Amino acid sequence: MPAVQETIDRVRSIDVDQYKYGFVTEIESEKAPKGLNEDIVRFISAKKGEPEWMLEWRLDAYRRWRTMDEPTWARVSYPKIDFEDLYYYSAPKTAEGPKSLDEVDPELLATYEKLGIPLREQEILAGVAPQNRVAVDAVFDSVSVVTTFKEELKKAGVIFCSISEALREYPDLVRKYLGSVVPVSDNFYATLNSAVFSDGSFVYVPEGVRCPMELSTYFRINDQQTGQFERTLIIADKGAYVSYLEGCTAPQRDENQLHAAVVELIALDDAEIKYSTVQNWYPGDKEGKGGIYNFVTKRGDCRGRNSKISWTQVETGSAITWKYPSCILRGDNSRGEFYSIAVSNGYQQVDSGTKMIHLGKNTSSRIISKGISAGKSQNTYRGLVSAHRKASNARNFTQCDSLLIGQDCGAHTVPYIEAKNSTAVFEHEATTSKISDDQMFYCQQRGLSDEEAVALIVNGFVKDVIQQLPMEFAVEAQKLISISLEGSVG
Amino acid sequence: MLEIKNLHARIAEDETEILRGIDLTVKPGEVHAIMGPNGSGKSTLSYILAGKEDYEITEGDILFNGESLLDMEADERAAAGLFLAFQYPIEIPGVATMTFLKTALNAQRKARGEGELSTPEFMKRVKDKAAELNITMDMLKRPLNVGFSGGEKKRSEILQMSLLEPKLCVLDETDSGLDIDALRIVADGVNRLRSPDRAMVVITHYQRLLDHIVPDVVHVLSRGRIVKTGGKELALELEKNGYADYVGEQAA
Ligand SMILES: Nc1ncnc2c1ncn2[C@@H]1O[C@H](COP(=O)(O)OP(=O)(O)OP(=O)(O)O)[C@@H](O)[C@H]1O
Ligand SMILES: [Mg+2]
Repeated sequence: MPAVQETIDRVRSIDVDQYKYGFVTEIESEKAPKGLNEDIVRFISAKKGEPEWMLEWRLDAYRRWRTMDEPTWARVSYPKIDFEDLYYYSAPKTAEGPKSLDEVDPELLATYEKLGIPLREQEILAGVAPQNRVAVDAVFDSVSVVTTFKEELKKAGVIFCSISEALREYPDLVRKYLGSVVPVSDNFYATLNSAVFSDGSFVYVPEGVRCPMELSTYFRINDQQTGQFERTLIIADKGAYVSYLEGCTAPQRDENQLHAAVVELIALDDAEIKYSTVQNWYPGDKEGKGGIYNFVTKRGDCRGRNSKISWTQVETGSAITWKYPSCILRGDNSRGEFYSIAVSNGYQQVDSGTKMIHLGKNTSSRIISKGISAGKSQNTYRGLVSAHRKASNARNFTQCDSLLIGQDCGAHTVPYIEAKNSTAVFEHEATTSKISDDQMFYCQQRGLSDEEAVALIVNGFVKDVIQQLPMEFAVEAQKLISISLEGSVG
Repeated sequence: MLEIKNLHARIAEDETEILRGIDLTVKPGEVHAIMGPNGSGKSTLSYILAGKEDYEITEGDILFNGESLLDMEADERAAAGLFLAFQYPIEIPGVATMTFLKTALNAQRKARGEGELSTPEFMKRVKDKAAELNITMDMLKRPLNVGFSGGEKKRSEILQMSLLEPKLCVLDETDSGLDIDALRIVADGVNRLRSPDRAMVVITHYQRLLDHIVPDVVHVLSRGRIVKTGGKELALELEKNGYADYVGEQAA
């Protein structure tokens, strides 16, 4: 049996066993009744102690959502989601609103510890050099359970807290920016999110401030039949800089779970936001049963001159991924970047990419997408690069590479390009390759096992994107990619 | 060290028989040359030794230090000390040659229960060996074999061989595509590896290489069989008269 075939078979036999985050935390939760109606929206808003305008905002979204249909243009197929059969709010009973660490349920702390996310500041302080510290907002099902290093950040003027807290403490800031990048009625899932989002992170970096540490949010879906709808809002004021990381996992469950997040980034003049994601939601088992449906709207607005937003994503999880982190290049001389690795295996379906909308003058964007398909998965890159009439000298470079492992998977590239200004220069390169038997044999002849060979070749393939990740994340991401592709490692 | 006994092998896919009863014994310290017309099965033999899975062994056995290789995977054979310098080295895009060397060396060390080499220790070894083969550090930063010239590919094979320090080296037409200077550099590299506990099987079409790497034994392979075995003077004779005698002999 040729080496590649063997690897494919191993990859095919990929089991839930190797999704090491598949455990469930036994914790009592408080839920809203199943299904969705105005009362549920009111319930969520009341739980959060939100101002009246916020409730109205949600209700408006809810009413619009009722008139909308699910989008069907993506290359993904799944049974119709019954939106009445979901819980829209679930919170650990012991964690109503963010608290100090001492008050956080030990079960929750233990969960995050098991996930490798340290929440105890003292321990982090002991073990990590100041420049490598990461502040974490831990979101468990529908609520943020704790945010670390808040005080230290506050000293620098940086606000980092859950969005529920921000709505109470900084309502004017939230009101000014919420929905200003992803409008309430943007798309089916974003509208749903606007109505029922339960928590998420809020970041505000004031003018001229370089955020003193990496910020990160760790999302964990735990409860059954619970949708997770988080909302993240990040604002970098003039000349500010922030680097933000997002990580996610979920237990392995037979049913599919819905995750529909909205992330909005706003960069004012000379500001820069770097947003990195390692998405490792439960992908489903080897028969394609279970797994997260991930319908996410992420968009950054380079609102000011010389602003920059950069998205880096490593997508290995989810049964279905529907996700297009985008940049609106509104400010003159602004720059957008999108670096992506999307790994699909088993029966996973990925339809992901980006939109670079050039509106200002002298704007530039860069897209590097690396898709790796194995097993029976389907992996689509979908991208739009457009230059508005007034966007003189818009520049884009797109490189889109696909790597196939085995015969039963698919890779697809769907680039849309629109240039309404004749000075635009858009370049697009695309390649599709396969790991060949000869490459496998060559590596094995040098002593590499078939898993090591695949990992080496794949790591070579994704190197350009890995380099964009913050150091601590890069190593993790590489490991994660190898694990996602190997049947027997671990 | 290596004992090939009545080896019959065919292509797994279409059952065409390529090797039709090969017997060959190579002792530690010896260098054996294998010559023979195009398509006679030389590369096939080297692939089968290394454990390529496109072939099916229908009869016979291959013993390496007394143990049969047939049930071992290619990577296990490599860790046991078998190295094949490919006639056509394979390109691995995106993987720096240096990274590849380190991964291979550490994979073999791990398989043998030895610890990983530290980066400085590894770098020192690579630098020394690369310099001997006239390979620049710049070349080692490039993806393995991608865009390498024919000669660079062959030198890179010998670099890998000298780093991995195998017990049995199989060189498949390592001389083809080399200019005169490179031939000498490569041959010197191979000769440095000659030692009483290491054996070599050198596949070549040209006497020229054997002037530099002087073999103890020369074999002629034709249509899947060794049809003639002799000393180093056999290569000289072949150079003069070609294979006609031996190919004919077999047909008769
Ligand atoms: N995988 C394969 N599929 C089909 N035919 C093969 C395969 N491998 C080898 N052969 C055939 O087997 C025969 C022997 O090939 P091999 O490459 O071993 O010859 P060689 O002696 O190395 O020749 P050369 O001197 O040209 O390198 C050839 O006819 C070749 O076409
Ligand atoms: Mg050959």
